[in-house]
Amino acid sequence: MSSEVSDNDRRRFLTAATVVVGAVGTGFVAVPFIKSWNPSARARSAGAPIKADISKLEMGQQIIFKWQGKPVWVVRRDQKALATLSRVAENLRDADSEDSIQPDYARNEHRSIKPEYLVIVGICTHLGCSPTYRPNMIEADFLGGFFCPCHGSKFDFSGRVYSGVPAPTNLTVPPHYYIDDGLILIGEDGVA
Amino acid sequence: MSDNSSKNGIMGWIDARFPLTKMWEEHLSKYYAPKNFNFWYFFGSLALLVLVIQIVTGIFLTMHYKPDGDLAFISVEYIMRDVDWGWLIRYLHSTGSSAFFIVVYLHMFRGVMYGSYQKPRELIWLFGMFIYLALMAEAFMGYLLPWGQMSYWGAQVIISLFGAIPVIGDDLTLWIRGDFVIADATLHRFFALHVVAVPLVLIMLVVMHILALHEVGSNNPEGIEIKKYKDEDGNPLDGIPFHPYYSVKDLVGVVVFLILFSVVVFFMPEMGGYFLEHANFVPANQYQTPEHIAPVWYFTPYYAILRAVPDKLIGVILMFAAIFMLFILPWIDRGKVHSIRYRSTSFKWLLAMLVVSFVGLGYLGALPLSDIRTFFARVYSIGYFGFFLGLWWISKNEKTKPVPERIQ
Repeated sequence: MSSEVSDNDRRRFLTAATVVVGAVGTGFVAVPFIKSWNPSARARSAGAPIKADISKLEMGQQIIFKWQGKPVWVVRRDQKALATLSRVAENLRDADSEDSIQPDYARNEHRSIKPEYLVIVGICTHLGCSPTYRPNMIEADFLGGFFCPCHGSKFDFSGRVYSGVPAPTNLTVPPHYYIDDGLILIGEDGVA
Repeated sequence: MSDNSSKNGIMGWIDARFPLTKMWEEHLSKYYAPKNFNFWYFFGSLALLVLVIQIVTGIFLTMHYKPDGDLAFISVEYIMRDVDWGWLIRYLHSTGSSAFFIVVYLHMFRGVMYGSYQKPRELIWLFGMFIYLALMAEAFMGYLLPWGQMSYWGAQVIISLFGAIPVIGDDLTLWIRGDFVIADATLHRFFALHVVAVPLVLIMLVVMHILALHEVGSNNPEGIEIKKYKDEDGNPLDGIPFHPYYSVKDLVGVVVFLILFSVVVFFMPEMGGYFLEHANFVPANQYQTPEHIAPVWYFTPYYAILRAVPDKLIGVILMFAAIFMLFILPWIDRGKVHSIRYRSTSFKWLLAMLVVSFVGLGYLGALPLSDIRTFFARVYSIGYFGFFLGLWWISKNEKTKPVPERIQ
């Protein structure tokens, strides 16, 4: 079989070229399969902004809305809760919200447009559990706020994370604006 | 191998077209296994048995289950209440998953104890580790399917682990979920992976695991090669054919296993919340995380490591590193002596430390957090990684006992 002289360089080139073309083709074919795992058009449209009626929200209460399938909380904070914000600052990991996600208009101590109302995504920045609202849970260095039961992360009344807990950043503030005093649109920035 | 083409009859006809007799001899009737296997060697064949149980019961469950966010939970209840014998099939499957991990953990421990991962069996160990990995993926995705609270939030936590990867993390989790949170899309793709993709990979890996084993030959409690001394036919003097000797012996193991398995299936299928967690009897609710969430027991050791670290990324890295260490075990251990019987006292202490740490982590990982538990989880985490570090250290110039030439 091997008595004839063969051009090995030529063979090697053809083999390599075939492998490369095949690999590129496989790569292109893989794209549709990989992309089919992206959120579908239906899932994306369910991410549209929602209107949140907060006119009946009493002082100290929390109300949960659904946006993009995630829980979004609106919490009406009383003066006592707001007063804790500056007192806990030194125990927080990111007190000035530099590494956290929020629109610019919510990058302040109360992390909201109106100090009284906190609008925040109720998903822990650690591993995605939903923390619980614990206004009355007072411990040595915790003055109330939110507590994640999964891995013990603690957040203050502005959703700012305490240091020494697993969550890396503050809870996320979604884009939102006030349509009027009792109605918030969650999912869109207001017209500046 | 004998020349089968000369045989007559139906076997001769088949053997001329398919190597049936050849395969039977190669893997069973003329596969020589060391004659000194003890009970630790039951767990390989038991793992195969559980795989069959899972495949058969799984096929029958898919006939009634509906992988739909609105119907999944109800369809499982339907299987439990309305389908004839549905409860049995489901409990066999759910108990089977825990049994799978019990058997596999013991099988792996056997390998560590007798040095079955050492040269020349590194590939057997690697294939085995990939089986373990596929098994974890299979168990994790299967656990989402009942669509209970624990299914939902467990999946939420595990998928969020990938969010810790810098830069691509968030997009990656979105891609895995197929929605902004765990949703119908996630459930459906996990169903496809759980019933089609991963089982195919698993079966393929099991075949490779066994082929690699039969190429090299089995290790044994003495940790010595039986191929050194052969009789005039070329068969190992200290070996006996797998069939009938070990096939019959394994049958005894199967009977004992099935007795224990049946006790769980019929009398304690939930195993006090360890095999089937209580929170999973509540339908998935995306607005409320259960007060206490914990993975099923077979994941708790790694989960405890994750929780012991106060930093998200480092926690995730250490958790994956804990599994990765097992992969590279054949290269961490620089020793030449295989079996614990002839290894140094320090090896025995290290192995004891590994067992205590792993069991300790597993225990803590199932409990809610507290300061004292976090402290112990850190101690055990150090103990777990300490085993690998210590093994690398001591195995360089280990003081071992003389190894016998032959199996007595």
